[in-house]
Amino acid sequence: MKTKVTLNVNGQERTAEVEPRTLLVELLRDQLGMTGTHVGCDTTQCGCCVIHVDDKAVKSCTMLAVQAQGKKVVTIEGLAAADGTLHPMQEAFRDHHGLQCGFCTPGMVMMGVDIARRLPGADEKTVREQLEGNICRCTGYQGIVEAILSVVNPGAVKEHHHA
Amino acid sequence: MRNFDYHAPASLDAAVALIGDKEDGKLIAGGMTLLPTLKQRLAAPSDLIDLAGVAELKGIKREGDEIVIGAMTCHADVAASDVVKSAIPALASLAGVIGDPAVRHRGTIGGSIANADPAADYPGAVVGLNAKIVTNKRVIAADDYFIDLFETALEQGEIITSVRFPIPERAAYQKFRHPASGYAVVGVMVAKFGADVRVGVTGAAGSAFRASDFEAALSENFSADAIKGVKMSPDGLLSDIHCTNEYRAHLVGVMARRAVAEA
Amino acid sequence: MGQFGIGQPLRRKEDPRLLRGEGRYTDDVNVDGQLWAAFYRSPHPHADILSIDPAPARAAPGVAAVFTIADLDADGVPDMPCEVELSDLSGRPMWKPMRPILARGRVRFVGECVAIVLAATQAQAREAAELLKVEYAPLPAVADSESALAADAPVLWEALGSNVPVHWQNQDSAPVDAAMAAAAHRVRVRIVNNRLVPSPMEPKAALAAWDAQAAKLTLWAPTQGGRRIQANIAKRYLRLEQDQLRVISQDVGGGFGMRGQTYPEFVAVAWAAKQIGGAVKWRADRTETFFSDYHGRDQVNEAEMGLDSDGRMVALKIVTLVNLGAYMAENGPRMPIEGGGRIIPCCYHAPQFHFSVKPVFTNTVSTDTYRGAGRPEANFLMERLMDEAARATGLPREEVRRRNYITQFPYRTPMGYVIDSGEFARGMDDALRMAEWSTFEERRTEARARGRLRGIGVAAFIEAAGGRAPTEDMRVRVDAEGAVTVFSGSHAHGQGHDTVFSQLVNEFLGVDPDRVRLVQGDTDVTPRGSIGTFGSRSSMMGGGGLKASCEKIVAKATLVAAHLMQAEPAAVRFETGVFRAGASETTFSEVAAAAWDARRIPEGMTPGLDESCLFQREAENFPNGCHVCEVEIDPDTGTPEIVRYVAIDDCGVVLNPLIVHGQVYGGVAQGLGQAMVENALYDADGQLVSATYMDYGMPRAHHMAHVEAGFNTTPCRTNPLGVKGAGEAGACGAPPAFIGALVDALRDHGVTHIDMPATPEKIWRAINRANAPA
Repeated sequence: MKTKVTLNVNGQERTAEVEPRTLLVELLRDQLGMTGTHVGCDTTQCGCCVIHVDDKAVKSCTMLAVQAQGKKVVTIEGLAAADGTLHPMQEAFRDHHGLQCGFCTPGMVMMGVDIARRLPGADEKTVREQLEGNICRCTGYQGIVEAILSVVNPGAVKEHHHA
Repeated sequence: MRNFDYHAPASLDAAVALIGDKEDGKLIAGGMTLLPTLKQRLAAPSDLIDLAGVAELKGIKREGDEIVIGAMTCHADVAASDVVKSAIPALASLAGVIGDPAVRHRGTIGGSIANADPAADYPGAVVGLNAKIVTNKRVIAADDYFIDLFETALEQGEIITSVRFPIPERAAYQKFRHPASGYAVVGVMVAKFGADVRVGVTGAAGSAFRASDFEAALSENFSADAIKGVKMSPDGLLSDIHCTNEYRAHLVGVMARRAVAEA
Repeated sequence: MGQFGIGQPLRRKEDPRLLRGEGRYTDDVNVDGQLWAAFYRSPHPHADILSIDPAPARAAPGVAAVFTIADLDADGVPDMPCEVELSDLSGRPMWKPMRPILARGRVRFVGECVAIVLAATQAQAREAAELLKVEYAPLPAVADSESALAADAPVLWEALGSNVPVHWQNQDSAPVDAAMAAAAHRVRVRIVNNRLVPSPMEPKAALAAWDAQAAKLTLWAPTQGGRRIQANIAKRYLRLEQDQLRVISQDVGGGFGMRGQTYPEFVAVAWAAKQIGGAVKWRADRTETFFSDYHGRDQVNEAEMGLDSDGRMVALKIVTLVNLGAYMAENGPRMPIEGGGRIIPCCYHAPQFHFSVKPVFTNTVSTDTYRGAGRPEANFLMERLMDEAARATGLPREEVRRRNYITQFPYRTPMGYVIDSGEFARGMDDALRMAEWSTFEERRTEARARGRLRGIGVAAFIEAAGGRAPTEDMRVRVDAEGAVTVFSGSHAHGQGHDTVFSQLVNEFLGVDPDRVRLVQGDTDVTPRGSIGTFGSRSSMMGGGGLKASCEKIVAKATLVAAHLMQAEPAAVRFETGVFRAGASETTFSEVAAAAWDARRIPEGMTPGLDESCLFQREAENFPNGCHVCEVEIDPDTGTPEIVRYVAIDDCGVVLNPLIVHGQVYGGVAQGLGQAMVENALYDADGQLVSATYMDYGMPRAHHMAHVEAGFNTTPCRTNPLGVKGAGEAGACGAPPAFIGALVDALRDHGVTHIDMPATPEKIWRAINRANAPA
C-alpha cells in the first residue's frame, strides 16, 4: 500500500514512505515534521499551504506526496538563511506589519516570493489580484500588499500614517 | 480521502492501458478539481492514473492556422506563452485569470476540459474559438464536446491529448468572477473568423454553449452596439446563493459587449 | 522613558519566528501514541434520534473507541449551561436550555456532535465515523428568526413552548412613544444584519493527553486565554482540581471572539483522553468549522428615530431579534443587550430611548461574540438612521450628525454606562478633510462622465472595550542580570503583545525590549487570575496590570538603590533606567543584581524583584472614530469598487502605531467583508448552504483598498495608560461607511438602503428596480 517517495526539501534529499492518498502538505507536516506550512481549508481557496515546487508556487494541500517524486520543494522553513537571517520578503513583511496571527503568513510569504519572481515592477492592483488565492483574516491585506510592493516595486508603496 | 492505487505512466499508451484495465480508475491531470473532490469524499476511485509524466501531452506550438496546446500544459504556461500571446491573445489572457497563481501552476487545459465544470473558463474558449479536442481515439468538434454538467463526449478510457485552437481574426474573453469562489459566474469568449462570429459562454449554464442570437447579430455587424438589444433568456441558466439565473442572463450580454469592444 | 517606549512604531518581536515558519499552533503538536478523534455530526437540522448503533464504527480498522452521550451520562458529565441572566419587565427570568456535549435524543442543528470516534489515524477515525448507524425521525426545522416567531413555527424547546426565551426591554415604551408622536420628523429603517462565520485562519483543533503518573491532563487548544476554559473543563466536566488541567495555547491563528468559549468538542476530546488514559488529537477541517464554530451577528432590527425641526433627536425606538441558534452559547443573548446596548445610541444623545430585544431559537449553530459583538450591529443601525435623518430633514449628512453628537463628558448613556471622553466632531472633521469630502461632487460628476456611479459615505461609531471581566493578572520578574520576564494574563493571538508589553517595560523600567521575554498561553505558568484577550481589553487590562507591576518593581528597587547608595529612599529618583540620589547613581541592572542578593538589600526585605498585580479596572473605555468610504459602481454589473477609504480612530493613547493601525485595517477588512461578501446562509430547511470558501465569500486583497488612517486621540480618563481598545473599531465603522457610500451612489435611483452583503447582483437589482421583475 505504501510507496517510497524521494524529494529535495529545502536543499536536502528526503525519503519517506507514504500512502498514495497522502497529500504533500501531510508529508511535510506529519512525516517530515516541517509544520511551518499550514492547512486552512479543504477547497484550495485559502493559500495557507503555499510552497514552491520546482520554483513555482503551488498549494501543497492539492498535490499528492507521490506527485512530488524527484521534485525540488522549498517551504517557508527553507527561505531564511541558515543563521536565521530573514529573506528580503520575510524582512519586508516584518517592516510593513504584514502579519498578525501568523497562520496565513508562510503561504503569503511564499506567494510573495513567487510574485516577485514572475512580476517585477508589478503595481498595487496587480499584487492584489495575484493574492486571489491567499486569504488573511487579520491584516486587511494592507501590510501584506505593502510588503510585497516594497520588494517588487518600492516606488508604489503608499505613504504610511503613523502619526 | 479514501485510499487508492497510484500509477504514473510514462507514455500515453501506458496510460491508456491502465485506464482500460482499472474498474474504477480515474485520470488525474493537475488535480485542481479532482483532489478537493476526493478530500471531501465526494468521489472514491480505486486507482488514480497520473498523466504528469506523459511527455507527449505537454507543450504549445503553432501548426499552420492553429495553436496546438498539449493536454497537460498548465494554465500559467499558456498565459505566459509568446506563441499564444501573439496568435490568440484572448486565450492567453483567459488562462491568466483562471483560479489563482498557485492553481495556474498545477491546473491543466486537458484536466479542465475533461472535467467540464460549468464555472471553468476554458470551456468558453473551446466553444468560442471552435477548438478541436484531440484524444487518443479521435478528434471531437467543440460543438459536439460539452454535453451537460460535468458531462462531455469523452468515452470511458478516452484521453485528451491536445486541444487545437483555430487562430481568429479577433477575439476577446470577459469574465465575471464569483464573489466567493472566484470562478466564472459568466465568461464569454467572442471570436471573429472572417464573416463568422462565435460567442462561447461558460459559467452561465450546466455546460458551455454558443449564444446564437449574439452570433447572428455580430455576424451582421461586429460591434458592441449590434448586440445591445439582444437578450439572453434566463431559462435553463444556473442559480446560486450569490447569482440568480436572471442576473447571469444579464451578465452574458454585458460580458459579450465588453468582449466585442475589446476584441 | 525608554526610547522604544509608548508611541514608538517598534517592529514586532514575534515576527521573525512566525515568518520562519517556527510558530507552534495546536496542530503542530503531537504526542507519542496519540489517537485521532473524528466527530460524527448530525446531517439533520432537527430530528429525534431513535437509535445509535456504534458497532459498525467500532469494528472499523484502527478504531479504539466510539463514545456517545450514553458514555458521558454514565460518567456523570454534565451539560453545558449559559450563564447569561436576563429578565423581562415583569421580572420573569429568561428561560435557558442546557446543551449536551453530544446530542441526547434529539439533534437541533446540522453539524451538532452526536458521537466521537477514536482511531489510530485521522483517516481511520473519519472513515469509521461515517459508518456510525444513527436512526432519525426528522422534525420540521426553522432557520431564521422571523420565521421562528410564527405561530405555527417548529418549536425547538417544548418546555419553553415558543422560540423566544425572554422579551427583554429597557423600559416601558410609553414615554418614548409620546415623544416620537410629537417629533417633527420621523425616520424608520429595517435592517437584516447578516450572519457571519468568524473564520480565523487556523481551524479549531485540540490535543489532550492524560498523564496518569501526575494525575494531570494537558490540553492544547487554540483559545483567547487558556484560563477561560481551564477551570470550567477541569472542575465541571472532568471533576479535577483546576490545576490538574494544563491548557496550552501557544500560537493561535486568530480569534475574533470565537475562541473564548468552551466548545463541546474540547470537552469531548479532554474527557475521552482521560477516559482512555492516553492522548487524543482532533483537528477540524474547514467545513467542520463552518458547521460548529459559533457564528456572529444575525440580527433583524427595526428602528425609528424622531427628530425636532432642527434635526435633533428627540426619541429612538429599536426592536431587535437576535438569532441564538439552537442552544444558548456562553454570551449568545448578551449580544444586542450588553454587547450593543452598552453604547446605544452610539455617538449621539437620545433624550428618550426604548429598546426591545427578543432572542430567538432556530435550528442553526449558536451565535456568540464575533469582532465587535453587538456594537457593529448597533453602530450600523444608528448610522443608517442618521443618513435617513439627513434625507428627512434636508440637512447634510455630516451636519445632522454634528447636531446630535454627545459633547459633554463624562456622559451617561440611556443604559447607564458612562463614556469618559471623546471628540466626535473633531474626528469627523479630520476624516472629512482627509477624504476631501467637500469636493466630492466634482468626483461624482467626473465618474458619471465615465459611466460610473460614485458615492461617498460617512460613519461615526463608538465602541466599548475592556470586556466583561473587570480584572487581569500580570506578573513581572526581573532577574539578577536585569532581564525581564512578563507572565501575562492577557493572551495574544495576533495582537503583538510580546512587542507592546516589551515597549511598556521599556517605558517603565528602561530595559531594552530585546531583554524582555513574554510568557503566555500556558496555565502552568501564567498568573492564576489570568483572564485572556477579548473585547479589545489587553491594552487597558494587561497594560494596566503591567504598569502597576512595574511600579511595584520600581518601588522596591528604589529601596534597594537607596540602600546601595546610602541615601534616603525619598531622595532617590528613577529615570531612563538609572537611579539617582544627589551625585550618586546606580543602574537598574546593578540594582536588580543586588535585589536578589540577601546581603545587599535592606534588613527585613525579602530578596528578589518579582511583582504581580491583579489589576482592577475602573470602567470600560470607549474607542470611537469616523470612517469615510468612497465607492464607484459599474452600473452594468452592479460591481462596487472601493476607491478610497479613510479611517480616523480615537484609540486613546497609542502604544504602538504600527500595531494599532494593523488592528484598524484588519477590523475594516472584516467590516467590509460583512458589507460586501460574507453571508452564512441556511436554507429554509435548515441546511447551511455556505459551508466552504467556495460559497462563503471572504474579503480578499482585491476587495480592499489602501486604507488611509489617522488618529484623533483623546486619552481615556479612567485607566492609567489612557488607552482605548483598538481591535474592534474597524468592524464598526466599515459597514455603515460602505453601505452609506453605496446608497449615496444610487440616490438618483431612489435607493435608500441595501442590506448586507451588498453583492453585485443586489446592487444591480437596486439600480434596475423599476424595470426588474418583482
